[in-house]
Amino acid sequence: MTALLEMRSITKTFPGVKALDTVNLTVMEGEIHALVGENGAGKSTLMKVLSGVYPSGTYDGEIHYDGKLAAFSGINDSEAVGIIIIHQELALVPLLSIAENLFLGNERAARGVINWRETFRRTEELLRKVGLAEPPTVLVDSLGVGKQQLVEIAKALSKDVRLLILDEPTAALSEADSQALLDLLLELKSHGVTSIIISHKLNEVRRVADRITVIRDGSTISTLDARTEPVTEDRIVRDMVGRDMAHRYPDRERRAGDILMEVRNWNVWHPEHSGRQVIHDANLTVRAGEVVGIAGLMGAGRTELAMSIFGRSYGRNISGEVLMRGEPIDVSSVDRAIAAGLAYVTEDRKTLGLVLDETIERNITLANLKAVSTRGVISEARETMVAEKYRAAMNIRTPSVFQKVVNLSGGNQQKVVLSKWLFAGPEVLILDEPTRGIDVGAKFEIYSIINELSAQGKGVIMISSEMPEMLGMCDRIYVMNEGTLVGELTAAEASQERIMSLIVTD
Amino acid sequence: MVEAVDTRAEPAGATNGIGAYLVKHMREYGLLFALIAIMVFFQVVTDGTLLRPVNITNLFLQNSYIIIMALGMLIVIVSGNIDLSVGSVMGFIGALAAVLIVQWGLPVPLAILACVMVGIGIGAAQGYWVAYWKIPSFIVTLAGMLVFRGLSLWLLEGQSVGPFPQSFQVLSTGFIPDIFGVGRPNVTAIAAGLVAVALIVWLGVRDRAHNRKYGIEGEPAGFFIARNLIVAGALLFVAYKLSTFRGLPNVLISMVVLTVIYAFLTENTTLGRRIYALGGNEKAAKLSGIKTERLTFLAFVNMGMLAALAGLIFAARLNTATPKAGFAVELDVIAAVFIGGASMSGGVGKIVGAVVGAFIMGVMNNGMSIMGIGIDYQQVIKGLVLLAAVCFDVYNKQKQG
Repeated sequence: MTALLEMRSITKTFPGVKALDTVNLTVMEGEIHALVGENGAGKSTLMKVLSGVYPSGTYDGEIHYDGKLAAFSGINDSEAVGIIIIHQELALVPLLSIAENLFLGNERAARGVINWRETFRRTEELLRKVGLAEPPTVLVDSLGVGKQQLVEIAKALSKDVRLLILDEPTAALSEADSQALLDLLLELKSHGVTSIIISHKLNEVRRVADRITVIRDGSTISTLDARTEPVTEDRIVRDMVGRDMAHRYPDRERRAGDILMEVRNWNVWHPEHSGRQVIHDANLTVRAGEVVGIAGLMGAGRTELAMSIFGRSYGRNISGEVLMRGEPIDVSSVDRAIAAGLAYVTEDRKTLGLVLDETIERNITLANLKAVSTRGVISEARETMVAEKYRAAMNIRTPSVFQKVVNLSGGNQQKVVLSKWLFAGPEVLILDEPTRGIDVGAKFEIYSIINELSAQGKGVIMISSEMPEMLGMCDRIYVMNEGTLVGELTAAEASQERIMSLIVTD
Repeated sequence: MVEAVDTRAEPAGATNGIGAYLVKHMREYGLLFALIAIMVFFQVVTDGTLLRPVNITNLFLQNSYIIIMALGMLIVIVSGNIDLSVGSVMGFIGALAAVLIVQWGLPVPLAILACVMVGIGIGAAQGYWVAYWKIPSFIVTLAGMLVFRGLSLWLLEGQSVGPFPQSFQVLSTGFIPDIFGVGRPNVTAIAAGLVAVALIVWLGVRDRAHNRKYGIEGEPAGFFIARNLIVAGALLFVAYKLSTFRGLPNVLISMVVLTVIYAFLTENTTLGRRIYALGGNEKAAKLSGIKTERLTFLAFVNMGMLAALAGLIFAARLNTATPKAGFAVELDVIAAVFIGGASMSGGVGKIVGAVVGAFIMGVMNNGMSIMGIGIDYQQVIKGLVLLAAVCFDVYNKQKQG
């Protein structure tokens, strides 16, 4: 067996940050190679180097593909030699049909006129290969995420793929769809397609991968061979985090006080599809000083629940009650929810959390301008003092609070968002994926901030897709599936298996 | 909280020395120097006609309505929208004023009040669709542009209506009498110039003190002094020139007062801050508890009010309302705002920039007319200047990364 791909000593720096530091990756012809590592470890950056998104010359090191030195100057170059990458956010055009999507930019046409017969014939052929029984004329929009994923793979096959790269392919899929996808990967392997799969789900990695490369903080830690002997999850996790699980989360004295916030009989309907109920009769409580988790798969309705509570920012026909210290509160608009003591730190800080082109200072004060102004006139001095206070308290690394937040790293941006909400003075903070896309060090700092809040007697609701993080941080975990809270576990009872089984047995 | 403050710098344009400062603030200085360069150019090629007292007075009178609407347009554009209807609305309000005053004989103050209220109503009507129905402002105000163009024609029945009584003309063509009684030179005008210079310098010094206190990288001292000297010199020069003609035009006072109010509103108040946040990232602003719909609505209400004001001043200056009034003026207003550094995507732009942008357009119009350049070439040149200004912005932004 020969190496199809060899990436040697790849180093990629962004201004001020070394994203990849002499990374080596060797992928053998015909194998399934898993690339694992924490969020922000550099997996996606490495794949962007490989696919030419970061063109040759913007990084150090060499890529050897199919025995030749490769220098891709764009994604077209890498696709031309059969390297196809399928991103986590699918790149399909929703309002075009499956056939149109498959051959987008690569149309079966003569002199600009599309040959539909040929297109449909080829589409049917490709759909058969990936096991999808939809007619080629169906709009992608009407397919579920699982089937869309298959369309993406069919699209890759249409381009004569040799090396298929899948970035978190099963993150948004149900258990059954995930299994089907993994089976398809094994099937493709038997037809000689080499693949690289990036995944957080170690059980899936163990199921399909021939070899596993672990990346941490921009460096290759190890490459494990799963063909000769099985690799344990513990071994992978140890390489991923570089320390034992016990030390990944700062200690906190756990003492839950009285009930602080309560959500009763919360029902939410989809904002556009009026017949679809998104949240079914949710009931939950948060005690003072308690960190409460909401676990579930992507699409389970956790963000929808949080945003609908936070000033009806999601959904329609919302019914139910929110109580703070036993009194009903008005959460009918965002400013009222803030006034009632709620804060919501979004999972998508760039599009929903920050005004990227504004300064750190202006982002921090945005949700509580009243506190730095007198009769509507902002006091620059007070504003700067507030910003400086949070810069020091949250350890935001920046030369000055007058920097635009767009120039900060993910971890520091997240600290700015947290600062904004702490300055708004909430009683209960809802943190939606608070550590997504930030490095291990910054994660630890965010955890410490959460502990600090809990020590101050605030309530914290944490939504996270990283199971270990939930287990490490939460006092109590609600499990959500398809819009329903299907179970509740205390920290002592909770384990990855029990959470999964609650989701699956529902 | 966790460890001691680490002062390690985040990646950001390192700024050392005067050269780097200039590069970083190229846009602001560029605008000021562009205005000066254009004025010097036309002063030379028109053999000194441009800066004659009578022409300076004319410059203000000719451009007042553009500047007044640019103030509102800046806010609309910063909020992430656009208003294509302002030219038509301006014409419609002029027509309405003519009908009310000339044909119906309504007292002038009452008619002015009615016109401003109608302007506010028009702004509210358009703002309603944009803010609460989420219909793109381009579409809503394109519709408004056609509707109010048509309504002015209908109001005036295709005829010009005029002349207006003296008490209405004063809005535009009146001058502040010399309270010192000298008359010529008009001491009031010179005094006003001196006060303005003193205010600008005082505000600048105060700002520098604030920057120093918080360690914000300020303008190098040489730059600060040079910039203030240029601005002060220009102001005093204009004040002196005006004083040798008929003194301060009423319109100039309204313009200055409005500019100061709107500059304060956008830069120092929570309302202004929220509009920038809305334009910068509407979703994030909304999730921060900002009533984004209401702000958008108010931006259009304000635009309607200023368009009405501009319409009154324009009608007063022409001393007649014509169906053609305000035709294509929206394009001049929008161009002024973009030349002044506002961004099409919202969240960026300053009142002062919009005013300077309007003056750049105004001086070019005036200068080219004095030179006798045909309207055909004028349009071409203005178009290219707009394109150059925006290219310069985009280039600057890319360079700063």
